[in-house]
Amino acid sequence: MSHATALQLILLLPLSGAVVNGILPLFVPALRRQERLVGIVGTGVVAAAFAVALSLFLGYHGEPITHSFYRWMTAGDFAVDFAYRADQLSLLMTLIITGVGTLIHLYSTAYMHGDEGFWRFFAYLNLFIFAMLNLVLGNNLLVLFLGWEGVGLASYLLIGFWYAERKNSAAATKAFVVNRVGDFAFLVAMFLTFKYVGSLDFDAILGFARSATEVPAWVPWAVLLMFIGATGKSAQIPLFVWLPDAMAGPTPVSALIHAATMVTSGLYLLARMSPLVLMSPNVMLVIGVIGALTALMAATIALTQYDIKKVLAYSTVSQLGFMFMAAGSGAFYVAIFHVMTHAFFKACLFLGSGSVIHAMHGVEHDLYPHHDHDDAHGHDAHDDHSHAEPLYPLPYAGVFDAQDMRTMGGLGKYMPQTNLTFLLATAAIAGIPLFSGFFSKDEILFRAFEHGFNGHAYGYFVWIIGIVTALLTAFYMTRAYVLTFRGTERWPKPTEVKPHESPWQMTLPLWVLAVLSVVGGFIGLPHILIHKDSWLMRWLVGEHGVPVADSITNGVGVQAAAHGAEHGAAHAAHVPDAITWGLLLLGAAIAIGGVLWAWRVYSTHGLAFDVRLRDRWGAIYRRASEKWNWDEFYERTVHQPLLWFAEQLAIFDREVIDGAGVNGVAAGAGWWASFFRRLQTGYVQTYALAIVLGVVLVIALMLLV
Amino acid sequence: MDITFYFPPLADYVATFPMLVLAVAALLCVVVDIFYNDAKGVAILAGASLLVTLLFEAARLSLPPAKALYGMVYVGGTASLVNMTILFSGFLTVLIAQPYLKRLGRNYGEVYALLLVAVVGMMALGSAANLLTLFAGLETMSVCLYILTALVREKDGAIESALKYFLLGAFSTGFLLYGIALIYGATGTMDLSDFADRLASTNAGVMFWGGTALLLVGFFFKVSAVPFHMWTPDVYQGAPTPISGFMATASKTSAFAAMVLVLGRALPSAQWQTTVAIVALLSMVIGNFVALAQSNVKRMLAYSSIAHAGYVLTGIASATPEGYAGALYYLLVYTVMNVGAFGVLAYLEHDNRQGDTQTVDSLAGTGQRYPLLGVVMAVCLFSLLGFPPLAGFFGKVYVFGPAVKSGLAWLAVAGVLTSAVSAAYYLRVLYVMWMKPSPDDAVAPQFEGVPPLAAVALAGCAAFLLLLTFTPWVMDAAVAFFRDVPAAIVSLP
Repeated sequence: MSHATALQLILLLPLSGAVVNGILPLFVPALRRQERLVGIVGTGVVAAAFAVALSLFLGYHGEPITHSFYRWMTAGDFAVDFAYRADQLSLLMTLIITGVGTLIHLYSTAYMHGDEGFWRFFAYLNLFIFAMLNLVLGNNLLVLFLGWEGVGLASYLLIGFWYAERKNSAAATKAFVVNRVGDFAFLVAMFLTFKYVGSLDFDAILGFARSATEVPAWVPWAVLLMFIGATGKSAQIPLFVWLPDAMAGPTPVSALIHAATMVTSGLYLLARMSPLVLMSPNVMLVIGVIGALTALMAATIALTQYDIKKVLAYSTVSQLGFMFMAAGSGAFYVAIFHVMTHAFFKACLFLGSGSVIHAMHGVEHDLYPHHDHDDAHGHDAHDDHSHAEPLYPLPYAGVFDAQDMRTMGGLGKYMPQTNLTFLLATAAIAGIPLFSGFFSKDEILFRAFEHGFNGHAYGYFVWIIGIVTALLTAFYMTRAYVLTFRGTERWPKPTEVKPHESPWQMTLPLWVLAVLSVVGGFIGLPHILIHKDSWLMRWLVGEHGVPVADSITNGVGVQAAAHGAEHGAAHAAHVPDAITWGLLLLGAAIAIGGVLWAWRVYSTHGLAFDVRLRDRWGAIYRRASEKWNWDEFYERTVHQPLLWFAEQLAIFDREVIDGAGVNGVAAGAGWWASFFRRLQTGYVQTYALAIVLGVVLVIALMLLV
Repeated sequence: MDITFYFPPLADYVATFPMLVLAVAALLCVVVDIFYNDAKGVAILAGASLLVTLLFEAARLSLPPAKALYGMVYVGGTASLVNMTILFSGFLTVLIAQPYLKRLGRNYGEVYALLLVAVVGMMALGSAANLLTLFAGLETMSVCLYILTALVREKDGAIESALKYFLLGAFSTGFLLYGIALIYGATGTMDLSDFADRLASTNAGVMFWGGTALLLVGFFFKVSAVPFHMWTPDVYQGAPTPISGFMATASKTSAFAAMVLVLGRALPSAQWQTTVAIVALLSMVIGNFVALAQSNVKRMLAYSSIAHAGYVLTGIASATPEGYAGALYYLLVYTVMNVGAFGVLAYLEHDNRQGDTQTVDSLAGTGQRYPLLGVVMAVCLFSLLGFPPLAGFFGKVYVFGPAVKSGLAWLAVAGVLTSAVSAAYYLRVLYVMWMKPSPDDAVAPQFEGVPPLAAVALAGCAAFLLLLTFTPWVMDAAVAFFRDVPAAIVSLP
């Protein structure tokens, strides 16, 4: 199989799945109920794409495989091809996307069982994979942008998948609109790049970056704009507000799109553009600080949430913040490392939560047998219990919510497999030594420290925030685990109503992801342990920072521009081994300490400990549980002024544009139309007369003008 | 004189193979019809012969333009392109018209015979290298179209419109012939490629340019440019709907092609550019504005075709190879859009009078009930409107662009503004088809479904318009090809 064919297959297989699942059932309604067929097609195409990607990966010899399929558009000296590129970075991302994607597709075949939109779901999911692959495999910014918008569309469609409920479509709209802000910035970055480089091809842009001898003034602006684009897609301050709401979508969507893949595309963009980023130290400062603040803020919110998916959502925002800390320290490959490990453990956690929710829906169904489930997963089940339903006391005011951890507890007994996999993934995200999250998170913290050590003071700031956030992470994840799987059952009538373990289609992906969350970190072992660069660093950075540049290998700022790989390393000071060991042990201690502390207090006190936290931390806790009031802030500063402004414009629109403009023109056009129409008498004599007049006109014009 | 002079060499038979095949097929249609009335075979024969010639022309599309039959017609290159457009229109019309005529009980063999002969005439007109060929082709085409217009002769409107068409056609042909005579008088030749030399050697006087003016009048009439357009709505309304589509596309394509051929010779363009530009302006303005006031769908499309003639004239008025190429490209797109739109109307007729009395409002809800027709209509009308990124949009870019380059920016601006006006009447049709509730089932007219071949033809129209959209390289290649062609004509000896 030629490389071009392989690339085509990787891209077109998911697309064909989307077409088959999305279009055929549209015209053949009988197909919509063929869940098995739809599931096999949907999962099969992604698995096949994974197999092809794997064969490309195994046969990769270090030279980027690029292929241009055809010219997309030309306008003047602007030309864009449908060109794709498989190199170390994009192959790794492709493997994550198709690999995790396959597992989540398989999981969905059981999770979405019985849903009326089963076929639609798989069509969207395949479409997402196709768009995401365009994003990571594209060889120019425009194809990347095509994928960037494509995943945005798929995300919109899937967040609002159960669109009948207003809350869900509002969440979808919110995600879409907020992302537009970032996308606009990204577009302007592309314009800038094209203006000064003259091309959008990666080879041209990166070639420009690598051959530059000084930093042109436009580069920091372009990088800043790209980063703003990334804050939208990858949910950072100030544009992160859409991600928690995006949990309105089905849980596999949260796992695939809003945890493992799409939200990491901002990191991919920065890694791809890393030589440009390294030329802009001021922007790196912004990236690192924003990442750190986002991580801390989201972690505090996660600590206060009761909805299990919301905990995971804020945890995702927080972990993405970690990745941006790495990017802000110039350690792009470490960011990608964390992208990968995070994809494993966060997907596992989300799928585990889905399994829990699945089981709790069973409980809900047993408790309220008469409640009519319109869809299998009943996110719209909160609305209105009919008055005939039995009333049970709940640990909180309101109706039974299958996602609320306050109704869970003790699930471990009933769902042993979900329990164990969730526990492993929790250990990974908490950063317990030897689990994957430990290595990636520790490398981020180390690189932030090292960046500070090398004279970029904000590195220390980022590092301190990182340490605090790591502690919080261990704490809130353990809290979530204990509240869900340990302790006593808190749903009504626990002796009669028992939840059940999920089917194999759901537990198999859980196990694969759990194993990967345990061992996935070994490709990035720290230098201090193995006395050489990790496999991942050799794969992504190599000796010259190709394809992913690095602040240590290539230097920062003018250094990066002027010297590149040969001299950059000379400028970086070496952190003494003693300190490195110290940092490693500190990271391990923080994680273990956080887990043990949370385990002890939540096992002993259960939900009561949240009350104690609230009492002790008062105002801060309250603000955190109100999500630091970002939504209200936007409501006041953006939404309402915009509405007010729109209302003022509406007057102008109504009176001038519509009144004098549109209706005036229309009336005028109507008058002229009826005038000319009256000339059309229907008499052939009139017509002949018109011809004669025309002849006079034409001859006069020809001979006299 | 050697008697062998009257037997052209074999090469000429090959060169004129399409015309010969179609002429023979036309005769066969008549013969077969005598024995088997209302036979499907006649339609198949006509369709097959059109398809064969279409493929034949496609095969020589890339050949350099040459002349055949003692320098009377061009073959290959541009001529092939024009012929393909005409044949494509004819082929689609046969596919769409056969079930339609059967429903009317008018599926006569002579319809196909006349159609084929008309196509032969159009091909002669569109690839004429000599004014005589041009005239012979024009008349052959016109006579067939007069008859086809009156196909449903019991209907009062049909006879009326055919008679109008005939009278005015004869009137305008008189001017055309007179123009040819004057040109011959001034230059002593009818060969298009000789004009340039003769004009260089002798001073082109009033006689020559007066003759050209009268020739233009003939063309303006055939392409229904304002103020020679008044027959158009009456004729299109009275003729059977698919035939209207055929007339609106194929005959205009051939007349425009002949115009490009003639004006390419009759240099300098400074002499005729203003004339064509002003006629283009009038056509776009009046065509689009009057279309607004129409309630009958076929009349509306007729006025819209007048406006489109204005767009094509804009491309020609730029008087550059790019402008001619744009015009020919526009004609191809225009042919597909209009055949599709008229074809859809043909299957949504329920007044049994070939849409004579059918108003826009009668289409209410048809989009929902006949999604295929609704979608095809939507694609065709959006494309007619020039909505990006459909083919019609690119067509407009390629006629307005060269006009701007030739200093006719005012004309392009007028074209764009009047296109905006056209949105009002195109979108109204779509609004009624898709968004207005259909009347109660008891009242709603029921149509027999669209037969498979006609459905394929209609879907093909829509697909073609989309195809150019999603694969811009197809269009790039096509435009590049079109660009070469007129340049080659201009540079002919």
